[in-house]
Amino acid sequence: MPKISRDEVAHLAKLARLAVTEHELDVFAGQLDHILDAVAKVSEVAAEDIPPTSHAVPLTNVFREDVVRPGLTQQQALAGAPAAEEGRFRVPRILGEEQ
Amino acid sequence: MTDLTKLTAAELAGKIHAREVSSVEVTQAHLDRIAEVDSFVHAFLHVDADGALAAARAVDDAVGRGDAPASAIAGVPLALKDVLTTKGIPTTCGSRTLEGWIPPYDATVTRKLREAGVPILGKTNMDEFAMGSSTENSAFGVTRNPWDDTRIPGGSGGGSAASIAAFEAPLAIGTDTGGSIRQPGAVTGTVGVKPTYGGVSRYGLVAFSSSLDQAGPCARTVLDAALLHEVIAGHDRMDSTSIDAPVPAVVAAAREGLRGDLTGMKVGVVKEFGGDGYQPGVQRSFEAAVAQLRALGAEVVEVSCPNFTYALPAYYLIAPSECSSNLARFDAMRYGLRVSDDGAHSAEEVMSLTREEGFGAEVKRRIMLGTYALSSGYYDAYYGSAQKVRTLIRRDFDAAFEKVDVLVSPTTPTTAFKIGERVDDPMAMYLADLCTIPANLAGNAAMSVPSGLSDEDGLPVGLQIMAPALADDRLYRVGAAFEAAREPVLDRVPDLTRGGFVPAGALSPAEAAK
Amino acid sequence: MTAVADLMDYAEVLERFDPVLGLEVHVELNTDTKMFCGCANLFGGEPNTHVCPTCLGLPGSLPVVNGKAVESAIRIGLALNCEIASWCRFARKNYFYPDMPKNFQTSQYDEPIAFNGYLDVTLDDGEVVRVHIERAHMEEDTGKSLHVGGATGRIHGAEHSLLDYNRAGVPLIEIVTKPIVGTGDRAPEVARAYVTALRDLLRALDVSDVRMDQGSLRCDANVSLMPKGASEFGTRTETKNVNSLRSVERAVRYEMTRQAAVLAAGGHVTQETRHFQEADGSTSSGRTKETAEDYRYFPEPDLVPMAPSAEWIEQLRATLPEMPAVRRDRIRVEWELTAEELRDLFNSGAVELVEATVAAGAKPGEARGWWVNFLAQEANTREVELTALPITPRSVARVIELVGSGELTNKLAREVVKGVLAGEGEPDEVVEKRGLKVVSDDSALLAAVDAALAAQPDVADKIRGGKVQAAGAIVGAVMKATKGQADAKRVRELILQRVAEQ
Repeated sequence: MPKISRDEVAHLAKLARLAVTEHELDVFAGQLDHILDAVAKVSEVAAEDIPPTSHAVPLTNVFREDVVRPGLTQQQALAGAPAAEEGRFRVPRILGEEQ
Repeated sequence: MTDLTKLTAAELAGKIHAREVSSVEVTQAHLDRIAEVDSFVHAFLHVDADGALAAARAVDDAVGRGDAPASAIAGVPLALKDVLTTKGIPTTCGSRTLEGWIPPYDATVTRKLREAGVPILGKTNMDEFAMGSSTENSAFGVTRNPWDDTRIPGGSGGGSAASIAAFEAPLAIGTDTGGSIRQPGAVTGTVGVKPTYGGVSRYGLVAFSSSLDQAGPCARTVLDAALLHEVIAGHDRMDSTSIDAPVPAVVAAAREGLRGDLTGMKVGVVKEFGGDGYQPGVQRSFEAAVAQLRALGAEVVEVSCPNFTYALPAYYLIAPSECSSNLARFDAMRYGLRVSDDGAHSAEEVMSLTREEGFGAEVKRRIMLGTYALSSGYYDAYYGSAQKVRTLIRRDFDAAFEKVDVLVSPTTPTTAFKIGERVDDPMAMYLADLCTIPANLAGNAAMSVPSGLSDEDGLPVGLQIMAPALADDRLYRVGAAFEAAREPVLDRVPDLTRGGFVPAGALSPAEAAK
Repeated sequence: MTAVADLMDYAEVLERFDPVLGLEVHVELNTDTKMFCGCANLFGGEPNTHVCPTCLGLPGSLPVVNGKAVESAIRIGLALNCEIASWCRFARKNYFYPDMPKNFQTSQYDEPIAFNGYLDVTLDDGEVVRVHIERAHMEEDTGKSLHVGGATGRIHGAEHSLLDYNRAGVPLIEIVTKPIVGTGDRAPEVARAYVTALRDLLRALDVSDVRMDQGSLRCDANVSLMPKGASEFGTRTETKNVNSLRSVERAVRYEMTRQAAVLAAGGHVTQETRHFQEADGSTSSGRTKETAEDYRYFPEPDLVPMAPSAEWIEQLRATLPEMPAVRRDRIRVEWELTAEELRDLFNSGAVELVEATVAAGAKPGEARGWWVNFLAQEANTREVELTALPITPRSVARVIELVGSGELTNKLAREVVKGVLAGEGEPDEVVEKRGLKVVSDDSALLAAVDAALAAQPDVADKIRGGKVQAAGAIVGAVMKATKGQADAKRVRELILQRVAEQ
């Protein structure tokens, strides 16, 4: 019984904004299933009482002063833009709502 | 006339400072070498001759004025993995998505190199966004291993390692997330170091897996790597995960190690690595390396790190998860590739079509894997569990380092595999990182130093040395001592100028004994 | 065809349902720099001029936390009686949208910096409602999009959009209430009062400009209805684009009546985001999403945990100013106000103005009287806030002083104030220009009194006959003759005196 179905892979691709082809879906589904099989074993040893490690370095409270520092000029900011207009990044029409 | 490309960085720095040779001459010699051989090695994606020579001239001027050198390697040229931003110079990360992108800012590592008077020859090839173990995932062609042009140079930093092995640069910078400096080092016969996590700033290091990525030195000798390590390491206020502590005294440790005495050093052989499943030639080379360490005076014991067997699966959950988030910014809105912007497609469609076209298969696989592992309903079983395995691995290391000063293992289970051999089998490819991953998960320091050539195929093998976090100096002491006791492996790399590569073959017993 | 929504009569809504509210308020902090980088935190400005690799999300960029923002977050938490986390982290909230440079928002998920607090909110009639606070956490703002080509400048029908990232990365604090129950028919009022009280508290802390009209204070109103006797909450909707205090109240009320109608007709309330429509006070459905967003939260690996020490928290607690509720009590006692007077004072938004007027020398009662009555009315007529009236507390104090010394009657004083508001200058200037001083010269007044008595001879007889009130007609005539600049009381005295003499 595959761990991950083709439909699930299609859903993931959508969530991740990847317009994968039908062929890719087939190939990826098989590969991802295989990989998931191998990585699933982490849950074997992940007991309740083991705290997760999110950071390899034992630092806390790293803050900076609330002081303005030079940034980029408008030109530098827009230099790599695929499209720009009136000092702003121009993007195609947006379908979704702001959150 | 000495072939300047055959000298070590330490030797070159000495000669430059002593005015025996100029940085311009040294830099030009390497640019010439690149022009000569890179059409078949393909280590470089971009060569910046003008910039490198200008930097070299500045060093020569300073030397001429009698100024103190900007660093111990001032004037020595270097190759920079194309995952670090360089202002005004294209930075692609090996991806179509960033083809032609010119960053408006330097990475901290880049800035430090410039301030240290290090001419940057150019940007080296890599697996796309640092994901891979062979550099075959680059959108701009594969880099060939200077030892055998039918074989991979390792990855993701194959370009940097190959540039060293091909004598195109005496120094290079790589980045290591699961072994991407060390494994290429092992399969090209060069030295590669992953510093303690947080030891080198990640500002300007295009993120793959934020809690694992580290930039580090690649070189032909341990001392050279140490000299470079001291230039790039140090606290950076632009990186919140940067360690605010003095850089470990790695150069002093390397010099100490070169005296060839490891008495008092306790070395642990990781029981879970090596043995079955490892290429026999690699295993034999490793065993010889262990014997060598003993001969140098080290006390060698076997140490068990039982949770290391879960390191690879944990890594292939954590890294893809973080990368699925880190790569979300590549959406065609502000920079990089944009396709289908014809008025008939929405922003969402342009994003999806661009990412589909701009990313290669491995990147897409990992993004989807990571998206899955973080999904609601799956988080606990996958990402959450992997973070717990991380804790267990740190505990294994902590327990091991109670008993020993460093741990050793083969760097990677096989020598350089053939180009194309594992591209269609992701899991087979992932196995290359088996031994290197634990150090990334724990944030510890680790090094690969050449341990010789495999007797089966005459290809380089690496010895991995692992040290506790902040104890990078131990790597250099052990690595330097080991190196000093062996013949230089790169003396036997094929001569690329004789019209291309010479295929490698099995070693004669005499050669194997070296 | 879009049908106008059915709405249930408000009273009926309350007969059948209990409303449940949830208010989410976003506060833009007034720090000098952004949350994770050193770019200036400024309203307005040329587009994309307050940006850097970090807030633009350029490859390789990294965040560093603004310590001042953390301070503000903790102070807000303390002022809301919250517990401050001894250890917490930032988390990534992953979703794609062009106004978010990284396509994830660095926020806090299950480890907010402050949690489990409350705010006591006083309603108009003095009733106090305790609104429980679930959490307050730190996050970053998005860039701004301009939608081009559509009819209304909104996203529907736009051809393309233009992005400005000056606002991207500005520090935000999100304050979320626990479900607010038991408010009955006062739910809309409670919602408004809560946001008002929160705004006042934030202003007192000086952590934000709290301008709803500029977006530094934003409110999303969650509303659901529970049928009477039910034990589970109903499905809630979230209404956005609520840009004023009044809109908060209207939006809640509208949603209550709309949802009630849906439920009464046997339907289900759709869990969705709705938009408040200023023009008619209604809410409209947002775009339905195919699937609910899965934000795939995980701890932010580029930032290390925060562990504020107990010492630091106490230091910050000591910096808290007098909280509005405490201040209300103090004012009530100091100025000897009744609950009603206190309510009127605070509702008029005049407290600081009154305080300043008192500071300029006026008595609290008089200062209050002017601001809460005449000036509040003037503000209403002009449709501006009291603070926007072109008259200073100092000027008001001067007018009060002039009345006190008898140089102005109350009526004349009002003329003077009107003159100041019209831009004719300070009170003394207006008095001078318009010649509004009270005629206090008795001989002048007597002349006018005599003239008026002469013009109405029968009045003098009436007065002498005991009908003292008949003097009113003479007073009126004298006031007219002096263009209202006589002290009516004095005039009356002089009339009676004159009549007695004759």
